[in-house]
This record gives sequence, C-alpha cells and structure tokens, in this order.
Amino acid sequence: MDIFANLALGFSIALSPFTLFLAVIGCFLGTIIGALPGLGPSNGVAILIPITFSMGLDATAALVLLTSVYYGAMYGGRISSILLNIPGDEPAMMTTLDGYPMAKQGRAGDALVISGVASFIGALFATIALALVAPYLARIAYKFGPAEYFALYTLAFATLGGMSSNNQAKSALAAFVGLSIALVGLDNNSGFNRFTGGNLHLSDGVDFLVAIVGLFAVSEVFVFIETHGKNSAVGVALGKVTIPWAEIWTTRWVMLRASVVGFVAGILPGAGASLGSFMTYMMEKGIAGEKGGFGSGVAKGVAAPEAGNNAAAGGALVPMLTLGVPGSGTTAVLLAVLMTLNITPGPTLFSDRPDVIWGLIAALLIANFVLLLMNVPLVKIFVRVLMVPPAVLMPGVTMISFVGIYSLSGSYFDLVLMIIFGIMGYAFRKMDIPTVPVILGILLGYQMENNLRHAMTLSDGDWTYLFSSPISIGLWIAAVLGFVAPVFLRGMLKKPEMRNIEDLVD
Amino acid sequence: MKFNLLKVLGASAVLSFTAAGAVWSTECIAPANPGGGWDFTCRQVGKILFDIHQVDAPVQVTNMAGAGGGLAFSTVVHERNTDADLIVAASSATTTRLAQKAYGDATADQVRFVGAIGADPGVIVVAQDSPFKTLTDMVDAIKADPSSVAFAGGSAAGGFDHMKPLQILKAAGFNDITAVKYIGVDGGADAITQTVGGFTQAMTGDMSEIVGFLKSGEVRALAVLSEERVPGFEDIPTAKEQGYDVVAVNWRGFYVPGGITDTEFNSWADKIRAVADSDEWKEAMAANGLAPFTKVGADFQTWIDQVIAQTAELSREIGVIQ
Repeated sequence: MDIFANLALGFSIALSPFTLFLAVIGCFLGTIIGALPGLGPSNGVAILIPITFSMGLDATAALVLLTSVYYGAMYGGRISSILLNIPGDEPAMMTTLDGYPMAKQGRAGDALVISGVASFIGALFATIALALVAPYLARIAYKFGPAEYFALYTLAFATLGGMSSNNQAKSALAAFVGLSIALVGLDNNSGFNRFTGGNLHLSDGVDFLVAIVGLFAVSEVFVFIETHGKNSAVGVALGKVTIPWAEIWTTRWVMLRASVVGFVAGILPGAGASLGSFMTYMMEKGIAGEKGGFGSGVAKGVAAPEAGNNAAAGGALVPMLTLGVPGSGTTAVLLAVLMTLNITPGPTLFSDRPDVIWGLIAALLIANFVLLLMNVPLVKIFVRVLMVPPAVLMPGVTMISFVGIYSLSGSYFDLVLMIIFGIMGYAFRKMDIPTVPVILGILLGYQMENNLRHAMTLSDGDWTYLFSSPISIGLWIAAVLGFVAPVFLRGMLKKPEMRNIEDLVD
Repeated sequence: MKFNLLKVLGASAVLSFTAAGAVWSTECIAPANPGGGWDFTCRQVGKILFDIHQVDAPVQVTNMAGAGGGLAFSTVVHERNTDADLIVAASSATTTRLAQKAYGDATADQVRFVGAIGADPGVIVVAQDSPFKTLTDMVDAIKADPSSVAFAGGSAAGGFDHMKPLQILKAAGFNDITAVKYIGVDGGADAITQTVGGFTQAMTGDMSEIVGFLKSGEVRALAVLSEERVPGFEDIPTAKEQGYDVVAVNWRGFYVPGGITDTEFNSWADKIRAVADSDEWKEAMAANGLAPFTKVGADFQTWIDQVIAQTAELSREIGVIQ
C-alpha cells in the first residue's frame, strides 16, 4: 500500500524530538490563543509567523508548529464558549448555545470533556480523509460555481429560522442586520464603495472579528457592570472533571455525522469552519427534533458543532494544499507561509513535495493526540486561565479584546467599531434578539451577494441558471426543507419548547 | 492567582509587541494582511536587505491592511511624510487604485515610487478542453458574440486582472468593452477553479498563480502579456507576437514617503537595486514565478506616471471612474 509507505515517510520526518517539541508547544499556545476571546486561529498563526522565520525553521518544522497552533486554537475556542458564554474564536460561536447552559447547570466539566472528545473525532476524521482522498476531493471545488455557492449560502440562512424556537422574526431581524452590515465596503462587481461615507477604514467592509468580539465579549462586560456581576456569565464554577463515558457513547453518531458534514463544508472554498459548525448544529437539532432539547444544554449540542468545526478546519487544508485556494482566513495565512518557504501549493504539490505533505499529515495526527491529552485530562490548566476572579478577568477580557482587535489593522477605528458592536450586543440581549445570526450575516452575506451577482453576470440575468445543475437543485431542496421543516415539526409535536428561550439569549 | 494574571498580561504583551512594531530602525509596511504579494515583497526583500548588509538590523515588517492599501497610503502621506527609514510594498494594484481614485483624495504624487524589482507577467488562461487554441480564436469569438466568453480574475471589477483582457480587445480594435463579462473572485487560484469547472471560459491573472495548474495539465495559457517569452515557460507565446501590442505585468516594488530628501531617495534606490542584483533575490523570484523587471529611481517614477495615465483612461471607458 502506497499510503502506508507514505505515512511511514511522514512519521520519519515528523517524529524527531524537535518536531514533537514544536507540536507540543504549538498545541499549548494554540489552545490558549483559541480560549482567549478576541484571539482566534488566524491571529494565532499570524503572530507566530515572524517567530518561525527568526528561528530559521525548515518547511516541515514550520508547518508542524503553525498547524499545531491552528488545530490547537480550534480546540481551545470552545473553552471560553462554555465557561464564559463568549466564543473564543468565530467557529466556536455555536458551542455557546448548549455549552454555556450546561455550565450553568454545573456541568461545565462534562461539556468540556464531551466537546474535547468531539473535537478530537472531528479533527482525526478530517486528517485521515485528508491523507486518503485529498487529491480527488479537490475536484469537488470544480463542481461549485456561483449558482451552487449561492444555493449553499441560502441553505445556511434557510435553517436560521429553526435556530431560536421562540421567535423567528427576531432571528430574521438579526440576520437582516448582519446582511446589511455585509453590504458595507468595496463592491466587487462594480468597483465602487458602498455605504462607507467616504471613510477609507470601511472600504474593506466590517471585519467579522470586530463584530464577534464586540457582540459577545464587550457586551458581556456591559452586562457584568450593570448587574454588578450577579447575572453575568463570568464565574461559573467548575467542579471535578470526570469523563462522562455514557454521554460520549450516546453522542457517537452525532460526532461522526458532524465530522463528515463539517469536512465537506471545510473543503468548499469560502465556506469554512464557521459554516461547518453552524450546519452541523442545525442538522443535529433537526434530527433530534423539538424533544431533543437543543439550546437548553444537551451533550449533542456541544458535540455536533465542535466535531463539525474541527473537521472543517482539516477540510479547509484540502483546497489550500491541492488548489492553492484558501478555504478560511487561517488557511490563507498558512498559504502565505508555504509560499514564503518556496512551496507552491497546487495540483502537483502531492507529487512534487511528498516530504512536506506527508510530514504535515503525520504532524497533524500527532498534534491531535497531544491536543486530546491537553484538552481532556489536562483541561484544568486552560480553565484556570479563565477562572480568575471577575475583578481580574473582566479587565483582562477587555484588554485582550482591544489588543486583539487593534492588531488586526493597527487602527483605532476598529476599536470604536467594536465598542459600537458591544452596545448593539447589549441592546440585543435586552430585547432577546439572538446575536449569532448577525455574525452569520456578516460572515456569509458578502459571499452570498457576490455569487448571486456572478451567476447573473454569467447567465445574462437568467434566473433559471440558479437551478441548472443537480448540485444546486439538491441544495435548493435541502434549503426549502430546512426552512419549512421546523414549522411542520412544531405543528406535529404541538409542544412549545419554552426552556430554550431564556437559555439562548442570556 | 497572580500567576494567572501574568499569563493574561503575557499574552497581550506578545500581541502589543507584534502590533506596535517600529522597534528597529528600518520598517517595511505591507499594506495587507500576512499572505499575498505585498507581505511577500516586504518579508523577502526585508530579509535580503539585511543578509546582504544593506541595513544594520533586520527590517521590521508591519502589516497595515485596509482599503486595498489605501490605509497605509494615507498613513504614510499624513503621518510619516518625512520618515526616511520607511519603505512600503507596492504593485500594479497600487497604481491601478491610485489611477481610479480608490484611495479617496490621494494622488500618486504624494509619495515617491522608488523601484520595482520583479514582475509577475499577466496571462490569459483557458481550460485544457477549451475550443480556443490561440488568443486570436478567443478575440474572434468575443467579436462575434461578446457574451459568449466570461472571464474570471482575482481582482474586483475595474481591477488590474479585469484590465488585461480589455487591453487586448482594445488592441484588436474591439471597442464595446463594457459588454465583456468579468467576475471578480477571491484570488487567482479561485478564478482557475471556476474556469476548469467550466463556469467561466477564461481566466485572467498572473503567471505565478497558474504555474501549478499548468504543470498538472488542467489549463493552457493562450498568451503571456510580457515583452518577451518568460524563461522556463518558452512554449507560451506573448500577446505581442500574436499581434496584440499589450504588455501588462504585475510589478513588485516599493514607494517611500514623499517628503524625504533626494539623497535619502537615491540611497533607497541603490539599496533596492542591490537587492535586485543579488543571487538571493534571483532565487526567490524563480521559486515564485516572478520574471526579472528592474526599474529604480527616476526611471521608475516616469514609467509609473505613464501607467497611471493609461489606466485612468481605460477606467473612464469602462465606467469605473467618471
């Protein structure tokens, strides 16, 4: 078997004491960076690039360090989602929905362990799939044109209605706000700026990191100040961490399904980990139905998005390595690193540089096991970072938010914008409007609009072009089903799920 | 508990350190996030400047993303106009945007363009199974029915990639250029994906973006938009030899603040030339699909003025500017 010979080659490169040491360091730093609100995998990797170069690492060692940070951050993001109700990075957003309610019920330890195992399953699945089928999977990207992408994004928005079972109108309003914000900036199809008021800072649009830190972290600070810490998420107790074997076992199919869906979402350029975690959460919520109790703190609700976003992180490496198309912000940074190391990703990379590819895959496998150890038995180390008294933590969160956002473009403008989003998030919470759809709108709105307009350009304005391929028809059917299914399910069960309401919004 | 506080402080200290920059004497601003051409230019050239002893300390690279380079441009003009220890990475995208007034009120004469040290020649690419065998096949098809060929490229409408096929069509005597279909996607590789997938009929981009796909045989290059055929890719004909007098290269280079003295400007021009002549840079160029293209000092400034004038004229015709 070729694959075993290749893997042996990979391990022979990756299993040196020095690369192992780099993997451990990378995993540790990555998990901390992921856990800190405002710092995500893309800044984590970007921060480490200069260090990689100044250490004079060769291609494999540099990749091991940076991908360990990448995977580590994907694991770490869930920690603050669960403990603070603030997503540590954008794909961990969905983990707040059930993770934080679990923590409030005194089950923070369970949530951390289950999501840690789910992350492991997702990432392991993605790494194996990457090793086995990456060169073939890359061809999927050739099947996705503007019409297919538009249908895919529509599918994501169609399932939004099922997100908060109390009030669809509020979800729709939030998504509308997000989509409107996504319109700001340079219009790719005409070359003109829109809604920028002549402000150069706005011509690249609103960075969703600014929005997510504002809506989640800054608004959390406001709520904390208002209630003198009584009603805030900060200060959830974490008891002894035990491993809930039974619950892990009951979520096994959830984790596997989520891994597959997340991986596919990751492969599609432009979709990425956030879409992966969102789609898997909504899918599992649909499968579980109203009785599943999603949103009230169930194990499946943390297992699905975490398996999904970690699988998507691995999936995003496929188009990056085989086509040179980055599927996410972080892979864009990794792509740049590869180019700087004189490695040109593309269709021939697997045959030209097997040492790099298989060394990377072996390193990813190693990193995954290191991360499982760090994030399940040793998770308390990271929890301690977030478990300081509120008087220390809140200024800390505020400070890191400001520094993290300032590091994006080095401009005070983003800080002002972040505070505005903080005020908006505070107001939304007061009005019980969910904030996740806002982020989703900002994240996907730009791509969704662009693809629709590309489709119209290519077809000379013929709308039927949107339904002209089997893939797009399939996605449209899924979108319609996703949109109407919650309505019928509700009618059939006739049991309004009241618990969800408070938990989703507070 | 103090230990935990320290961790938090430590993490932010690391960050503020990388964000603030300007610790060393010489600074290179990459007006974009890590990744992509400007960042590459700063990091590679910064490293070589130090390695060949043109500067005393490693060059500090600052990423200042925003407004497609506009943020960095306005910062340099308004806040660091006399800073002689500063260079800013630039490329064809910079001059295209300046020509189209995409940086607000900024104009090209507010800074000084000090040198280009390499160029990524423009290319027109089709999928392997495309019916077009030569550039003329494609031009004829567009002349017959402008809507039959759609281009995908890595820049927004009106950007450099969009301009390339339009310049060719103008050279061929086709003037209805607003009828030519173009979609701007996220980067050259994405544009190739759309073309191989059959959603668009051709891709317009840079040489470096297509190298891997050429090798794997998924695409064919109809023309390269350089003066002469590119070393290593001698089988790709230039547009010129096919009868279309168009040269469009994406140069990589730098500008410096407008307020520095002529002595300081010339000193930078010499340093840039030293990098261009170094073996290290030649290696980096070969690995990244860049062709030699050295223009420094006053020559470069004259050439830039000319390019901006041409771009502005074409932009007016397609309606990107009034």
